[in-house]
Amino acid sequence: MRNPVAKKVTQIEPSGIRKFFDIVSEMQDAISLGVGEPDFDTPWSVREEGIYSLERGRTFYTANAGLKELRIEIGNYISRKYDLHYDAVHEIMVTVGGSEAIDLALRAMVDPGDEVLIPQPSYVSYLPCAVMADAKPVIINLKEENEFKLTRKELEESITDKTKILVLPFPNNPTGGIMTREELEELVPVIIEHDLYVISDEIYAELTYKGKHVSIASLPGMHDRTVTINGFSKAFAMTGWRLGYAIAPKVIMDQMIKLHQFAIMCAPTNSQFAAVEALKNCDDEVAKMVEAYDQRRRFLIDALRGMGLECFEPFGAFYVFPSIKKFGLSSDEFANRLLREEKLAVVPGTAFGDCGEGFLRISYAYSLTDLKKGLERLQRFINKLQAE
Amino acid sequence: MREKILNMLEKNGRIDIKDMATMLGTNETVIANEMADMEKEHIICGYHTLINWDNTSDEKVTALIEIKVTPQRGVGFDSIAERIYNYEEITSLYLMSGGFDFTAIIEGKTMKSVAQFVSSKLAPLESVLSTSTHFILKKYKDYGTVLDVPDKDERMLVTP
Repeated sequence: MRNPVAKKVTQIEPSGIRKFFDIVSEMQDAISLGVGEPDFDTPWSVREEGIYSLERGRTFYTANAGLKELRIEIGNYISRKYDLHYDAVHEIMVTVGGSEAIDLALRAMVDPGDEVLIPQPSYVSYLPCAVMADAKPVIINLKEENEFKLTRKELEESITDKTKILVLPFPNNPTGGIMTREELEELVPVIIEHDLYVISDEIYAELTYKGKHVSIASLPGMHDRTVTINGFSKAFAMTGWRLGYAIAPKVIMDQMIKLHQFAIMCAPTNSQFAAVEALKNCDDEVAKMVEAYDQRRRFLIDALRGMGLECFEPFGAFYVFPSIKKFGLSSDEFANRLLREEKLAVVPGTAFGDCGEGFLRISYAYSLTDLKKGLERLQRFINKLQAE
Repeated sequence: MREKILNMLEKNGRIDIKDMATMLGTNETVIANEMADMEKEHIICGYHTLINWDNTSDEKVTALIEIKVTPQRGVGFDSIAERIYNYEEITSLYLMSGGFDFTAIIEGKTMKSVAQFVSSKLAPLESVLSTSTHFILKKYKDYGTVLDVPDKDERMLVTP
């Protein structure tokens, strides 16, 4: 028999998180500080809209690009929040989570051999999506001393005459790092000089704790060279609804919609109706969640530093990325032993790229009580390591 | 700062001052001083525990009573309220807009004892015109907390 599967696919490594998840799920009564999704429920008014849309029998397809009403609301929202101004009819598309938008953007924009710059540590899907699009992924290893931000120098050094795309994953999962307006402005001249396009994954845009999030597409010269990706999962605690969106100039969006049309058809209809409510009426609910995350963020950083773990102060998403280098264990070893010996799951930094070695991703999408329980176990484990 | 402290305390009256200080990015003295001041100013009026008595073996009934009164010249509602709320059985008393004047909440051991209190103490008060007693059959949610439904984290343990 012939090999039933494609080489290109088999060469892609499964996500490091997946491997770890398999171990965790075998573990009885393990607790976790390892999730990448909010602990809050979706605001009730949003859930109610979802139910109502089902009751009304709105169970048909929507337009490929998404419900027009929703796209218009997204257009209003991004203009109000991030100073982004795009045509809701031709330049905004509703996708099945931000993840789909990442895949579409890459496939719509690269030709075989084009180089895609991927700063790491970062979300697990950029690299495989680039590979599947026949691009050549080029990793930029971000540094702790820069709080895992992308610097102008790092960008310049990674560019070749084949470079076409820069992926910008900020606010960042797993480090919690953000890029301020000034830091983004540093990059813009380089991007323009080398005629690059940017895929800016801003799924955590609402979850920042030091000033407002700045979208690179709002900076002069960037509107026409940026695909902005955002969604409902993190800001509105709607992960299971599978709803994201992409914003791009029409010339790119036309091609993305074509791919979406053939692969997906349209995002789930009842999720889309619910999302309209989220954008229209949930600012207060979001503000409450952000305040709660911010409080736990301070608590977690303080607790980790109290244990002698070094960590820079992250101002975005809901992760802290402490260094465990001083214990002489790799991230994998540390996380595995922590899981086996104390039954606490955290994610090894290496799940997000090789340069995550020596770090752990600890999430604060947990109640204060759960954080404390987890931290107690971490403290016990550290005491044990220090006694060894 | 005060609003944030109050929001945290309202959700968890037992929260550690040290934790609160860390979470609000300040120090313990600031929190302790603010709390002491707010106690003095009667902004913070107590630290209570939310109990679901239905889950205990203690029998307890709660009734909500609508009361109509005739306010008297010169003294108004407040002095009538005082005559009502001084009874220990009354756990809450509110002045209302609309079809009646006060809502009183009464806790008692049995329906009979509550009924007796209303008929022998409350209704005969000089300014009380009428009362209407509603017994609470089940409490689903109190002070923003859903009773009887334990919070369960159903998320997968590790996700990207």
